Amino acid sequence: MAGRVVLHGMWASPYSKRVELALKVKGIEYEYAEEDLKNKSEELLRYNPVHKKVPVLVHDGKPIAESLVIIEYIDETWKEGPRLLPQDPYERAKVRFWTGFLQQQLFEAIFAVIKTDGEAQERAVKEVHEKLKVLEEGIKGSYSGGSPFINGNSMGLLDIVVCSTLGAHKIHEEVLGVKFLDPEKYPRVTSWVTALVELPLVKEATPPLEKVVGLLQFLRSSFLESAAA
Amino acid sequence: MADEVILLDFWPSMFGMRCRIALAAKGVKYEYKDEDLRNKSELLLKMNPIHKKIPVLVHNGKPVCESLVILQYIDETWSDKCPLLPSDPYQRAQARFWVDYVDKKFYELGRKVWSTKGEEQETAKKEMIESLKLLEGELGDKPFFGGEKLGFLDVAIVPFSTWFYAYEMCGNFSLEAECPKFMAWTKRCMEIESVSKSLVDPHKVYGFVLQLKKAFGIE
Repeated sequence: MAGRVVLHGMWASPYSKRVELALKVKGIEYEYAEEDLKNKSEELLRYNPVHKKVPVLVHDGKPIAESLVIIEYIDETWKEGPRLLPQDPYERAKVRFWTGFLQQQLFEAIFAVIKTDGEAQERAVKEVHEKLKVLEEGIKGSYSGGSPFINGNSMGLLDIVVCSTLGAHKIHEEVLGVKFLDPEKYPRVTSWVTALVELPLVKEATPPLEKVVGLLQFLRSSFLESAAA
Repeated sequence: MADEVILLDFWPSMFGMRCRIALAAKGVKYEYKDEDLRNKSELLLKMNPIHKKIPVLVHNGKPVCESLVILQYIDETWSDKCPLLPSDPYQRAQARFWVDYVDKKFYELGRKVWSTKGEEQETAKKEMIESLKLLEGELGDKPFFGGEKLGFLDVAIVPFSTWFYAYEMCGNFSLEAECPKFMAWTKRCMEIESVSKSLVDPHKVYGFVLQLKKAFGIE
């Protein structure tokens, strides 16, 4: 499958990171265009007029937006290389369900912890733990043989989303002073995330710790300031 | 081996209606179970312990939850008849993008239009019209979002139209006047049997919304 592939992304965006990981897993050659989100390029605005967000994948001049939509497109277009979604419709439904859960429930809950303090933050932290418990039980139920990755296959869509949601747990600990991944409470989730972040592909795509910590601290203080205003 | 297909649903649910249309379009025989959401059945709680919500498709005892996950499952499992997603990956991505857009925007806007007042309601009405106009742009000159035939995006959006009468009554505005092209599309969809037999009467939906407002103490 030939064709020019350009990814418009942002170095700290977990959504952008997901697409990068998918491209790397498939071994697809691509160009990367870093976007300044305070000064978005004309191209980005033309390619994603509806949301004006990253990531956007441009394949032979044709844009695709929304990270999960992009990853399914990648899987369907580049059929050589490891599969990002399983073949069986029921297994695919499971992956899409858990991906949706991670995105809509867990990711949002973690984001709430970042944006709040005091009592509101305490409630947000409690909610993250509730979601992690559901995820732990879910892996036990849906993937009784172990998580898709630990089964020995290469990273798939679900692994990529788990990685982009929970991979930064050490950074969350440092900036928020909260430890989410308790190996005693969530053994399956913890071992899955730990295995994922050690992969060379993932390490390659992970920006330096101090840089992300710095940005997260800045983001958090901006959110808190504007909430207090 | 005969397939056992059950749909756990709630009659005014737009998300449930999506699944009904897809199953009808594919000619799949299934058992419809209407849930009382204030008194959820054991089956629902067992099949969707995580969200405890409808719709849930139970296929030979195995549950599939979340309407868009269900739609794709139906499309991939009963793939011989009436494909909902196109075969070209780029067109598939476009359909998924717009369905994602509808889910992100519509439900919340709809809820605000029927349940709020004053400035919040006015803003929601305005944004709803803008969203519909954006979708009209995506439709273009095609009879359906899927082209000549009903597709994934058509099936995902058309159930919302059963709630339009309720939005118009609660919001005191006319969607027909603002978005005639969109309304013409909904009428075209209603001419298709799998759609018309799966959608509920908008007047009944309005009655349901009035009950909800009363129950929540909203004027």
